[in-house]
Amino acid sequence: MRNERDLSSAAPASKQGVGARVPRKEDDRLMRGRGQFVGDIRLAGLQDVAFVRSPLAHARIRAIHIPERYRDVVFTSADLVGIKPIRAITGLAGFKPSDQPILATDKIRQVGELVAMCVAPTRAEAEDIAASVTLDLEELPAVYDMLKAREPGSPLVHEHWGDNVFLESFFELDISSALDAPIKVTREISTARQCMSPLEGRGVIATFDHRLDQLTLYTGSQMPHIVRNGLSDCLEMDQGQIRIVSPDVGGGFGHKGILLPEEVCLSWLTMKRGFPVRWIEDRREHLVAAANCREHHYKITVYADHDGTLRGIDCEATVDSGAYSSYPFSACLEAAQVVSILPGPYQMPAYRCRTYSVATNKCPILPYRGVARTGVCFALELMLDLVAAEAGLEPGVVRLRNLVRPEQMPFDNITKKHFDSGDYPEALRRAVAQIDIDGIRARQRKGEKDGRLIGVGLSIYCEQAAHGTSVYSGWGIPMVPGHEQATARLTPDGGLELKVGVHSHGQGLETTLSQVAFEMLGVDVAKVRVVHGDTAMTPYSTGTWGSRCMVMAGGAVATACHELGERAKKIGAKLLQVDEASVVLVDGEIRGPNGSVTLKEIAHTWYRRPQDLPGDVDPGGLEATSGYKPQRDSGTFSYAAHAVTVAVDPDLGDVEILDYVIVEDGGVLVNPMIVDGQIYGGLAQGIGTALYEEMPFDRAGQPLNTTLADYLLPGPTEVPAPWLDHMETPSPYTKFGVKGIGEGGAIAPPAAIGNAVNDALRSLGVEMLQSPITPRRVLQGILAARDAERPAA
Amino acid sequence: MKPAPFAYERPRDIASALAAMASSDGVVKIMAGGQSLGPMLNLRLVAPDTIVDITGLAELKHVEVAGNELVIGACVTHADIEDGRVPDVTRGAMQRVASAIAYRAVRNRGTVGGSLSHADPSADWVSTFAALGATLSLRSAKGVRLIAMKDFMLGALESMLQPGEMLEAVRVPVMSASARWGYVKSCRKTGEFAHAIGAVLIDPEAGRARVVIGAVEAAPIIVENAEELFGGRIAGDFKTRFDARVADSLLAKAGMSDAADRHIHVTILRRAVAEAAA
Repeated sequence: MRNERDLSSAAPASKQGVGARVPRKEDDRLMRGRGQFVGDIRLAGLQDVAFVRSPLAHARIRAIHIPERYRDVVFTSADLVGIKPIRAITGLAGFKPSDQPILATDKIRQVGELVAMCVAPTRAEAEDIAASVTLDLEELPAVYDMLKAREPGSPLVHEHWGDNVFLESFFELDISSALDAPIKVTREISTARQCMSPLEGRGVIATFDHRLDQLTLYTGSQMPHIVRNGLSDCLEMDQGQIRIVSPDVGGGFGHKGILLPEEVCLSWLTMKRGFPVRWIEDRREHLVAAANCREHHYKITVYADHDGTLRGIDCEATVDSGAYSSYPFSACLEAAQVVSILPGPYQMPAYRCRTYSVATNKCPILPYRGVARTGVCFALELMLDLVAAEAGLEPGVVRLRNLVRPEQMPFDNITKKHFDSGDYPEALRRAVAQIDIDGIRARQRKGEKDGRLIGVGLSIYCEQAAHGTSVYSGWGIPMVPGHEQATARLTPDGGLELKVGVHSHGQGLETTLSQVAFEMLGVDVAKVRVVHGDTAMTPYSTGTWGSRCMVMAGGAVATACHELGERAKKIGAKLLQVDEASVVLVDGEIRGPNGSVTLKEIAHTWYRRPQDLPGDVDPGGLEATSGYKPQRDSGTFSYAAHAVTVAVDPDLGDVEILDYVIVEDGGVLVNPMIVDGQIYGGLAQGIGTALYEEMPFDRAGQPLNTTLADYLLPGPTEVPAPWLDHMETPSPYTKFGVKGIGEGGAIAPPAAIGNAVNDALRSLGVEMLQSPITPRRVLQGILAARDAERPAA
Repeated sequence: MKPAPFAYERPRDIASALAAMASSDGVVKIMAGGQSLGPMLNLRLVAPDTIVDITGLAELKHVEVAGNELVIGACVTHADIEDGRVPDVTRGAMQRVASAIAYRAVRNRGTVGGSLSHADPSADWVSTFAALGATLSLRSAKGVRLIAMKDFMLGALESMLQPGEMLEAVRVPVMSASARWGYVKSCRKTGEFAHAIGAVLIDPEAGRARVVIGAVEAAPIIVENAEELFGGRIAGDFKTRFDARVADSLLAKAGMSDAADRHIHVTILRRAVAEAAA
C-alpha cells in the first residue's frame, strides 16, 4: 500500500520530499567531528564542578565535614536557601508524591545521590576537593528488592508514606469466563534494571547575563522548554529569566528528558558566584547515579483454547521505580502504562491487571526507548510461545489466531487503545516466510554438527506514538502536550528557516523536517535550516519523546509552510497582477495564468524592494507560526514482526544470533533511510536488553556494574545486520499518513530472542524467563535440568 | 574520573628508570602502556605519588632470538606481536593470542610487560606464557633475577615483583616441531576480559603436556606434567583421552565451588585440547 499524499500544496512527488532517501544534512558536521556538544563549549572564566555523592543507598546524614581551606568552594543543602526540591506529581488516584532534594538534606535514598557541590578551575581539582569532604552517615537497612519492598515490615524509603508504593494501578474486567479454558499457563517473568547508555552522557554549563537579566543553561536535553518549566519552579524565577540551550546531543533515549538536580545546582551556583560553571557527567556517575530503567516483574497467567484462541489474561506487575519521582514523567508512567498496553494488538474477551510502582533505594527509573513496552512485549510474547508449546501449535499460528485483522481497523482493543491502521497478520506472515520456519524445523530435527541447539523466535509489538492531550491530561503529570507549533520564515535570499521546539539528537529531524518543507513549498532541502534546541529561538514544545516528532513537528512544519505558501501566493498574485484565486504554488514558484514568480523573487521583493509592492499588499509578511494536532490525538500505532534464529551452546550457555528479520509498518515513511537507521539502533539496544545489559544491586543497595567493563553493551560484532522489510499503511489521522517509529526497534528483540532461546532449549526442558539471557543463566538452567533428570542416588 | 595528583617521570634508559624509582618518596607505579593503570588511576583505585613511564626506554622494545629462546622486551606491544614485528618461534601461537586481546586501540598501546606486571587473572599473557614455559627477567638496582612464569603470579593483581624492581623481558622457548598448541577463551563479547581460558602445549612425541586453566580470579592453575588429565599417558590420541572429571576436580580443589563456573572452565579446556589435536 503506497502513501496517500496530501496534495494540497500541489508540490510534485520528487527526490527530496516525503518518501525520499535524502542523506542526512546534519551528518556533514557530525561525521567530521564538527558537532558542538555541551562539552565543546568554552566560556571565559568557566569553572568545573564535581559532586560529593552518597556512598550508601540509605542513610541519615549526621554531619558533612568540609576542610577549612575549602569552605568557600564546597556547597551543601544548607547553602541552597529558597531552592525547591524536584517534585513530579501525577493526577492518578492514590499517588504518593516524593520530594527529590537538589542536594541531600537529612536523608539519603540512593547510592550516588548528590550531597555536596565542589567548584574549582578544573574538574581534576574539583574532584580532589570532593575527595577531601567526609560524610558522617548513619546507615539504614536498604530497600533493594521491589518485591520484598511491598511486604509489610520492609524498611521505608519515604517513612511518612507508611509503605513503599508510589501507586497501585489496575484494570479489571470479569475474567471468570476464562477460568475453564483448557490451557492455562502461569509464569513469573522479569526484566533486569538497565542503564541507558547514549554515547554522550549528561552535561551542563550555567552562566548568567546581567544585560539580559537571564540565566542561560546549556544542557544536552531532549526537552528544553520542559527543563525551563522545571527550573523556573525550583528556582522560583520568571520563565523569561531563563534560557535553555540544548546544542548537539549525542543520543537521548529518555535519559535526556529528565530535569536533573545537577541542572538546578549549577543554575544556583553561577548566580551565587558570578562566573560560568560546568558539570560533565562521567561514565561512572552515569552508571551509578543516573539513567536507570526497565526493571519489571510479572506474575502472569494466560488462558487459551486448544486452537490457541486467547480466553483471557490475568497479570500482576511490579515496577522498581527507585527512590524518587523524576520530572516530568513521574515514577508511575511505566507501571501505569503496563496496565493499559499489555494486551497490545491481540483480541481477548477477558483481562485483569494490577501493577505496583514501588519505591526502592535505587536511582529513579526513567523512561527508556520503548518505555514500558519492552517489558510488556517480553512478558506477553514469551507467554504466547508457552501457550503454543502447550497447544502443540507453531507460535505463528497462535498469534495469527488472535491478532487484530486489517478489516477491523480502526480497532479499539480491550483496554480501549485505538489502533489507527495496519495489517498485523501480513507483517507476521512475511516475517515467518523470510526466516523460513519450516527450514529451521527440518534443521532442528537433523541436529547441528557442532552440538549447538538451534531455535527460532517471533515477537510482535505495537508502538503508540505522538499521543497527545487526551491521553496525557489523564495522567496528570507536569507535562501535557497540546498543539505543536512551528515557525516557517523565508529569508531575503529565498532560503527557508524552520523553528521547532522539539530537539533532534540522532533522529535526523534537520533532514526530515526539511523534506516536509520541500514537499510543501518546493524549497531545496539544502536551503532549509532547522532551528531547534533553544527556548529563546523556538516555539514552546514538550519536546522530543514518545516518538512524536515526525507526526507533531512534521505536521506543524507542514501547517506553517502551508500558511507561508498562502502568504506568498497573495504577494505573488499582486506581482503577477492576477487574481489570488488563479495562482498555485508549484516547484517553489507562484504560477498564474500568464506567468510565474519564484519564492526567491517574492522574498527579495518583500524584504529588499518593498517599493515594488502595491500599496494594498497583505501585510502579514513571509514568516508564519502555526499549530498542529492530528485529527485524533490518541496516537498512531506503528508495529513490526521480528523473527530471529539463534544457536545456543549448551556447554557454555552462549547465544549467537544467526539470522534476524524485521517486517515493520511505520505508516508513510518520510525518509526510509533514516527509518532503517532508527531500526538498526533500536535493534542494538534490544539485543543489549536481551543478552547483555544488567545493573544488579547487592543487599546494601550498592550498584555492582559500575564501569563499562562490567556493564556490558553490545558492540558491532554482537549486532547482526537484520533483513528489513517495510509496509507503509498510512495513518488516517495524521498529515501525510505518517506514524512515529523511533522506539520500535528496541521493543521486540528481547521477546523474539527469548522465544528463540526457549525454542532451542525446549528439548532440554529449560525456559529462560528473565532478561538478560546471560550464558550463566542458560547454563545454570541446563545443569539444573540435568540434575533433575538424573535418578536420585 | 580524573586521577589524584601524581608526579610523572619518563626516563630514557633503565638506569635512570631505576634511579627515579629509588629516589621517589612514597608509592611508585610503573606505567608501560597504561591500558589498565590508566582507568585505575581515573577511578582513583590507585593513587601513586609517582608514575614512572617506561615506554621511552628503547632497551625495553628490543626483541631477539637468543639460542633456543625468543627474548621480548617488556615494552613490546600486543600489536607488535599481532602484526608480525616479533620473530615467530611459536608457529603463530603468540600472534593469534595477541590478535584477540581486547580491542586494537588497546593492543596499540598495551605492552607484554605491562600486562604481566599488572597480573590480572583474566589477561591473556599470564596464561599463555605459563603454558609456553616462559621465563621472566626482573631487573632492580641489585641486578637481574630470572623467574619462571609459572611462579611469577601469586594471585589476582599480585606478583613476585618487589618494590624497586621492574619486568625487563620475557624469554619464550622455541616451540618444538612436534608440539601442539591450543588456546581458547570464553568472553561474552568481543574484546571483553575472559571468563575462562584454556591453554595447552602438548607434545605427543615427547609424551609431555603443560596445561593452564586461566581466568580463575586468582593465579592460573598450571599443570606442568599433565598426564593425569589424559588417563595417565600422553600420546597421539590425547584428544580422546582427555578426562573432564580430572579437570573438574582440579578446579574444585582450587576452591571453585560453583558447578556452572567449573563446567565453563572444563568446556573451554576441552576445546583447547581439541584445537591442539586439530
